[in-house]
Amino acid sequence: MSMRITQGTFSFLPDLSDEQITHQLKYCIDNDWAVNVEYTDDPHPRNTYWEMWGLPMFDLKDPAGILYEVNQCRKAFGNHYIRVSAFDASSGVESLRLSFIVNRPAEEPGFRLDRTDTAGRNVRYSLHTYSADKPSGERYS
Amino acid sequence: MPGANDDDETLIDLQQELRSSHVQEVLERLDHELVGLVPVKTRIRETAALLLVDRLRKKLEIASETPTLHMSFTGNPGTGKTTVAQRMAEILHRLEYSRTGHLVSVTRDDLVGQYIGHTAPKTKEVIKKAMGGVLFIDEAYYLYRPENERDYGQESIEILLQVMENNREDLVVILAGYKDRMDVFFRSNPGIRSRVAHHIDFPDYTPDELFAIARLMLDELNYRFSAEAEDAFREYIRIRMTLPHFANARSIRNALDRARLRQANRLFAAAGALTKADLITIEAQEILASRVFIEGQRDLEGNAGAAGRASGAPD
Repeated sequence: MSMRITQGTFSFLPDLSDEQITHQLKYCIDNDWAVNVEYTDDPHPRNTYWEMWGLPMFDLKDPAGILYEVNQCRKAFGNHYIRVSAFDASSGVESLRLSFIVNRPAEEPGFRLDRTDTAGRNVRYSLHTYSADKPSGERYS
Repeated sequence: MPGANDDDETLIDLQQELRSSHVQEVLERLDHELVGLVPVKTRIRETAALLLVDRLRKKLEIASETPTLHMSFTGNPGTGKTTVAQRMAEILHRLEYSRTGHLVSVTRDDLVGQYIGHTAPKTKEVIKKAMGGVLFIDEAYYLYRPENERDYGQESIEILLQVMENNREDLVVILAGYKDRMDVFFRSNPGIRSRVAHHIDFPDYTPDELFAIARLMLDELNYRFSAEAEDAFREYIRIRMTLPHFANARSIRNALDRARLRQANRLFAAAGALTKADLITIEAQEILASRVFIEGQRDLEGNAGAAGRASGAPD
């Protein structure tokens, strides 16, 4: 049984269509946020920093330019997780305002809970990504 | 089929459509603000009409593809190519063929990189910024340098071609440059030629049109010519047109800038009480002090004149 990753905004909704993505991107542009496209094949929740697809995009007037990059990224990493994140620089630092998944692999094996006995009959828990057993690049092919 | 027949009879109010798109205002402003350029204005009107009809057809769901809107503007320097491109962006925006109606104006430097692998991201960056609006490539023929086969311009052209074809609804590309060099550019890049649907040629201005432009520019700056200055400026235009580096309206703007400078100097030198009229009037002496009159004289006498010198344009 596959387990759907829920990270970022809208992740409990069905996958966004390109038109819906465009509207979200338009919202980011209208707020003067810098938009970044990122991808990964390790969806562990503690994996915060995903690979960047190109540089963050500043000064765009229209979402078509970002959607173009999303599609380029899908072409190259169609079976990876791809997310779009928007940063707001108005406070002096680039702070994350919006982040949502725009692409996910066809099969998502999900996670396993590992229990480890430690001293004094304590139990430590850890999340194990099934797909991370394979080397990076072969996980979702 | 009676239903289809009824459909054919549906009345469409073209005038109403024209009014609701507010294109008319832009066209009128174009007429009002730009002197001369009759063939250009006619072509733009025709293009606007085509797009309007196309939009109506779309409303009635008559299938037709998005028309190719890429254009080429050819003409000598200072004939208003950039200004018209700005208006074009506005017209396309009002007709909803361009979502934002902004104009990104670039030259070869902005598109072509300096080392291997630099060009593609640079060109794409510019294209992304222009998406939703109009990309204006000034002096586009510099993109193609046949004398250097390792030139990166070709790479830039290939990316542009791809986007011009695949993202037709996102981006309108306008290529601009001198007529003869653009012709060579199009001949050696048939791919680009076939994707550019509208070729608009900008004619040079006549002396009368140039004078009207000068009046318009002065009006905007809240200056005016005195009667003698008007005659002097007509004479200036006549001579300036025969000298090298003549750039139509741009030369006129430069000449006016110098005249304003001299006027300010004269007012300073006079150092008396000034009236408002003094501040806004440009006198004949400001025009006659121009180097153009001396150089033009020299040319007439058969000396080397300005043509033989390496220095810039006389203003």
